[in-house]
Amino acid sequence: MTELPTTQTKTSTGRSVRTEEMVLNMGPQHPSTHGVLRLELVVDGEIVIDVIPHIGYLHRCFEKHAEKMTNYQQVIPYVDRMDYCAAMNMDFGYVLAVEKLLGIKVPERVEYIRVIMAELQRIASHLIAAGTYGLDIGAFTPFLYMFRDRERILDLFEMTCGARLLYNYMWIGGLSHDLSPGFIDKAKDFCKYFRPKIKEYNDLLSYNEIFIKRTANVGVLPADVAIAYACSGPVLRGSGVNFDLRRDDPYSIYHRFEWEPQVGMGEMGKVGDCWDRYMVRIREMEQSTNIVEQALNQIPDGEVTSAIPKRIRPNPGDVYVRTESARGEIGFYVVSDGSGSPYRVKGRSPCFVNLSVIPEISRGHMIADIVAIAGSLDIVLGEVDR
Amino acid sequence: MTPQEISDKLKTQFPDSILEIKIEGVVDPYIKVAPEYLKDISVYLRDNVDLQFDYLMCLSGMDYGKGTLGVVYNIFSMKKKHKVNLKIEVPKDKAEVPSVALVWQTANWHEREAYDLVGIKFLDHPDLRRIMMPDDWEGHPLQKDYKVPELYQGMKVPY
Repeated sequence: MTELPTTQTKTSTGRSVRTEEMVLNMGPQHPSTHGVLRLELVVDGEIVIDVIPHIGYLHRCFEKHAEKMTNYQQVIPYVDRMDYCAAMNMDFGYVLAVEKLLGIKVPERVEYIRVIMAELQRIASHLIAAGTYGLDIGAFTPFLYMFRDRERILDLFEMTCGARLLYNYMWIGGLSHDLSPGFIDKAKDFCKYFRPKIKEYNDLLSYNEIFIKRTANVGVLPADVAIAYACSGPVLRGSGVNFDLRRDDPYSIYHRFEWEPQVGMGEMGKVGDCWDRYMVRIREMEQSTNIVEQALNQIPDGEVTSAIPKRIRPNPGDVYVRTESARGEIGFYVVSDGSGSPYRVKGRSPCFVNLSVIPEISRGHMIADIVAIAGSLDIVLGEVDR
Repeated sequence: MTPQEISDKLKTQFPDSILEIKIEGVVDPYIKVAPEYLKDISVYLRDNVDLQFDYLMCLSGMDYGKGTLGVVYNIFSMKKKHKVNLKIEVPKDKAEVPSVALVWQTANWHEREAYDLVGIKFLDHPDLRRIMMPDDWEGHPLQKDYKVPELYQGMKVPY
């Protein structure tokens, strides 16, 4: 612990008083840290001088578990539990990494279903992010509206694979099941239902005067700092960097769809403030709906389990594959030694990296703003701690 | 630039420090460098106008088993859209690697993680503390010969 300086300050009546900085713990049990995160705040009155994040409360050493598995397929349920709010996106990254190591190509239908699931998951995850963000700031109602709509996506997932949160649906080389009959119509109905709802969120929350006052010009993250800290996803794009892995490092079949990455433009304040990061998520939901709709219209018939290998033994080697999850760049560095289980799996978690920038953007803000800043980074502690 | 061009450029700039270049026959091409030159190489990678590797995607600590530890750097350039993978191998009993946390700030936490879980010491790191495990934990769980301790602070560890 560093020694805190004490100073003499003159009050308004001219009296000299001794002041000192104070260390305040926010968390690990705090409603707006979205899990078990402890932020050690060094404060001077209401002003935050420094933030020291302490993580690891949810550490399960997923990487050690992955090494101890008897085959590559068994790692998928663990991957699900990294970012439990966007489990499909996690699966997607891991299976792509192992497929690249194996050099297998999956059937067209699988590609389409994966994209549909990943994008629906992105919407569901952004709904949690935006809803709980409103909750952090003090807006209770939008949270209920967003969870109402997220429920419909979870129903679609339940219809597909039986699970509502942790799916184990994408397998190496394919999927665990084909789509249920009626899924495509139901998903199309959802897209039709969902599009007007985005306007509802904007009316309720995005352009709410109080919400803007709390988030605009708060926690401004300049683009160069975002890149130096390797931020990704909505946090990077909120800072005005037009970079989306789905377009700039394309994987799967994203190049076939028409959509636009969304960037922060500083409409309410400076580029890269909390409002920009929030708004990027709201706008991305619309883009994801576009992708889902196009994919639903183009999806071909075919097998979904035909390319699943009987025995997964990649040649010795390593691979780093990154995909765009709801929270940013989820990368998997997978090393094979030629045996049936992975030699090393490292998950490069977007939340872990995005969280490391929090001291940089919090200094000089009020304590209450830390809640707004932490919420705008949209961290899931299961993924930070792994 | 293609992996071949990038490695040629590095080879001419740092002739003694490149130990191995592997492009053919692997899924991801990589360049193995000598640890003592790492800092110069990373500054060069970041600042050279043709390379501009400004985005450290991932940094992974490795235990290669045969008495050596290693670090793998996956680096990307936002401006040039090309990638390079660096690898470093050091003996386990003297696992010291220069830190790149001042070259790419994101390396700060990644290196703390690699120190915590794999046991690699990063020289000149601004704040090398454990990040995932408790501060008084003994051992580095991702080492291949790691044994789970019986007790931690009087609590039973294996469940």
